[in-house]
Amino acid sequence: MIVETGHYALVLALALSIIQSLLPLYGGLRREPGLMAIAPPVAIMQFVLISISFASLTWAHVASDFSLLNVVENSHSTKPMIYKISGVWGNHEGSMLLWVLILGVFGASMAIFSRGMPSDLRALTLSVQGWIGSAFLLFILLTSNPFARLARPPIEGQDLNPILQDPGLAIHPPLLYLGYVGLSMTFSFAAAALLAGRIDASWARFVRPWTLIAWIFLTLGIAMGSYWAYYTLGWGGFWFWDPVENSSLMPWLAATALLHSASVMEKRDALKVWTIFLAILAFSLSLLGTFLVRSGVLTSVHAFATDPTRGVFILLILVFFIGGSLALFAFRASALRTGGIFAPISREGAMVLNNLLLTTSCATVFIGTLYPLALEALTEEKISVGPPFFNMTFGPLFIPIFLAMPIGQLLSWKRGDLLGAAQRLTFAVALGCIGGLALAAWRGEPFLAAIAAALAIYLVVGSFVDVAGRIFVRGASAGVMLARATGLPRSAWGTAVAHAGVGLTLLGLAATGWGIEKVQTIRPGDQIALGPWSLVVKSFEPRDGSNFKALVVHTEIRDGNRLVAEIEPARRLFSTRQMATSEAGISTLSFGQVYVTVSEQNPDGSLDARLYWKPLVSLIWLGALVMSFGGLLSLSDRRLRIGVARRAQRKPASAPGSVPAE
Amino acid sequence: MNPPMLWVVFAALTGLALLSVLWPLLRAGRGVDRAESEVAFFNSQSEEIARDVERGLMTPEDAALSKAEAARRLIALAGATEARPQSKLASRVAIVAALILVPGIGLGLYRLIGNPGVPDQPLTARLAAPPEQMDINAALAQIEKHLAQNPDDARGYELVAPVYMRLGRAADAAKALVNTIRLTGGSAQKYDALGEALVYAANGKVSPEAEKAFEQAAAAAPEMPQPQFFLGLAAEQRGDLDKARETWGNLLAKAPPNADWAEMVRKRLGAISGVAPDVSAGGAIAALPPQERVAAIRNMVEGLAAKLSQNGADLEGWLRIVRAYVVLNEKDRAAAALADARKSFATDPAGLAQLDALARELGLGG
Repeated sequence: MIVETGHYALVLALALSIIQSLLPLYGGLRREPGLMAIAPPVAIMQFVLISISFASLTWAHVASDFSLLNVVENSHSTKPMIYKISGVWGNHEGSMLLWVLILGVFGASMAIFSRGMPSDLRALTLSVQGWIGSAFLLFILLTSNPFARLARPPIEGQDLNPILQDPGLAIHPPLLYLGYVGLSMTFSFAAAALLAGRIDASWARFVRPWTLIAWIFLTLGIAMGSYWAYYTLGWGGFWFWDPVENSSLMPWLAATALLHSASVMEKRDALKVWTIFLAILAFSLSLLGTFLVRSGVLTSVHAFATDPTRGVFILLILVFFIGGSLALFAFRASALRTGGIFAPISREGAMVLNNLLLTTSCATVFIGTLYPLALEALTEEKISVGPPFFNMTFGPLFIPIFLAMPIGQLLSWKRGDLLGAAQRLTFAVALGCIGGLALAAWRGEPFLAAIAAALAIYLVVGSFVDVAGRIFVRGASAGVMLARATGLPRSAWGTAVAHAGVGLTLLGLAATGWGIEKVQTIRPGDQIALGPWSLVVKSFEPRDGSNFKALVVHTEIRDGNRLVAEIEPARRLFSTRQMATSEAGISTLSFGQVYVTVSEQNPDGSLDARLYWKPLVSLIWLGALVMSFGGLLSLSDRRLRIGVARRAQRKPASAPGSVPAE
Repeated sequence: MNPPMLWVVFAALTGLALLSVLWPLLRAGRGVDRAESEVAFFNSQSEEIARDVERGLMTPEDAALSKAEAARRLIALAGATEARPQSKLASRVAIVAALILVPGIGLGLYRLIGNPGVPDQPLTARLAAPPEQMDINAALAQIEKHLAQNPDDARGYELVAPVYMRLGRAADAAKALVNTIRLTGGSAQKYDALGEALVYAANGKVSPEAEKAFEQAAAAAPEMPQPQFFLGLAAEQRGDLDKARETWGNLLAKAPPNADWAEMVRKRLGAISGVAPDVSAGGAIAALPPQERVAAIRNMVEGLAAKLSQNGADLEGWLRIVRAYVVLNEKDRAAAALADARKSFATDPAGLAQLDALARELGLGG
């Protein structure tokens, strides 16, 4: 009964979603208060129904109800509990259900937290959410139903792909989907503004938290995915420029651009049309990401052509939403009033530069990802656009972004002082140069790593120049400065922290140039020098888990003779699927990591091992954590903001005492 | 859970879903007017600016600028449309639409794709169910678990072997049979079952292992037809067609007249002799090369003659033997047999009519 209740709840959610997409739309356009008022309760009820559905599928996975095809294909009664639960979304059908569950979460929270919004904007926004919900619920129910039943249930399932049996699966997809689906909120807001034909002053204010939330989760999701790939795939790589990764990077780039242009819109009432366009673009790219990953196009264009039901359905969703919203944009954008003029050298101008660079880099990723697919479809030729393409195009585009980030923070709204900003950054530039030179002298080749590290140091220090300038005043006591620091708007801190996070990630990336890699055969008793450490292979031990057999290599990491850490890289064999996985042994030592993976045992009992020392590598992901923490700080700042130009002719006495509202 | 309970739950969910649509329609308030919302927004902006000035976060002159900017945006809003009362008609249409669409789509689509009759089947419940309610897979799993702990329980293996065969898990059946034989000794039936399981598991290929099992079965019960058939098949797959023909020929010669498997053997025999199978009694024999055919027919005829001398009431038998003598070119014997048959059926006009018809056909005058 539980399973079928979940199934029916999902069908009912579709019915409500269709109601939500039709009645409030009519109500919002014709200003019928009753019809507009339907949207919030229906959105909440829809969330309740999808939750019931998701909970019952989870129950089926936990209770190993093998009368569900989805459970048979992805579960096994001996699987540890955490993977029984995360296995719910570790497959196509379940992950789509997670997608709509998160859509339901966003819809319901919007319904709850938007009481102050004009009714028509609220109704139209929720109605667009209803359209998205209807499309995806239909897709699930008609082509990817997780509630498909089996007349004669087998007694055991086929187990989950061992690569997915990892805590990463429990965290990564929900985070990424929170990001993807979060962008549907900004999309719905944009579409609602276009439908209504106007953007209120409060529009950007209402959109802001949703953009930030989506961006925070997207950042965390991508970083988590990258770290997961790093420790499970066993090659020590953390970013492969493969289409699945690219399809999450593209919405992130667009969302980052959107975040910045939306702040211009909020504070200066400018860049309205462009912001609306970016909102559409960001969600379109996240739909495209879903399409690329879910349709089977990536495994092979031809496999897609032979069984296209799902793919064609997603393609239709894509055409409907992207095409529809762009058409709406073309027809209605001219009706939106633009406002807020600014000089090229100003905070706004810096944001425009940021937007241009980010969208261009987004376009290069887009081309690099889709060109091979298009070529294969048209000419049967299979080419691979690998890291060289992206390094050649994406890298150069990001250098000006890194250079300009601290400068933009120091320019004031409306009209800025470029020279003044540059002067204030002298300290950061100097520190960057010194740091880079020192690293080059200490670590040596490659010099590109030293240059990137210098840029990273400049970025981290430069991020805080603005905040520091507002806190430190000559002659002020520590107490006063602390008061000024706490008095600063949290969004100013957010900007500084997030930008510094980018710098930390860059530093981690730069340091990969100084990494050490060894491939060799190991036996118990071996001693291997790896960078500053020496590794001692103590023993090979068989150790079995509930659904796998493993061979664990017990290894000590020593600094001279001092034991600093122990790692246990392992090889696991999962009996149900007859698949072997490699568990990397990783130890983080002062931001760097020792990383060891082992292969199958050789006939003579030895193992082939890959051993890496990666200095500062953990900064890549810590940087992303810092970035999202910055986003969180900014999100916690619920103040209303208006940007005004700082007065050029300010009295010296009052100038340090004033902090422009952010 | 019984199905009515399921429908009660469905009805409750549908009711809740409908309520979420109808409730706001029935109590339709005015909603937040656009101008109202923007004025409220402006007011909170002004308050915040005032607060910032108070806390020393903003200079009074910046505050004035900010406030002017906010006011400018509020004024730009001129011409905002007012909210108006809900129209009765639209509201009624919406209520009807909800009453039709929500249950309509919900139940309609669920009817197409749902399985209301299929109960939940969590694994623990399936394994713990009383045996008479247990589904076959769950029961098997129980026995398997028992056997994993008691690998010498012959009864368990005997029980699961035929079930495995029925579920198409022939390899498992073979393993169970090997264990049965190990624990309780072999019999013709067990060896034969093992051989057949091995053949099914190998998709029809008679492995040396299977052949050995059939040989043991044949040694224990030479009259059992199955081992003979598979031994013939093994010979055929080895390419030893003569041996196959001999085995199957012998099998057919000994076959009881109405054995349902005989036809299959005849077909196989026909297939390896390169002649289309004939379903008539002599079909298999007709498929043999001429020399052997004569020998085989003679063999058959002798057996048949012996049978008929004991039991003369077998009309089919008489018809066959007369025909056989004609094929063997022994007209005298054919005539003698015909005479004997007529004697046996003197009181049966229908039988006599058939015998006469045969005589006419074969040209054996009365």
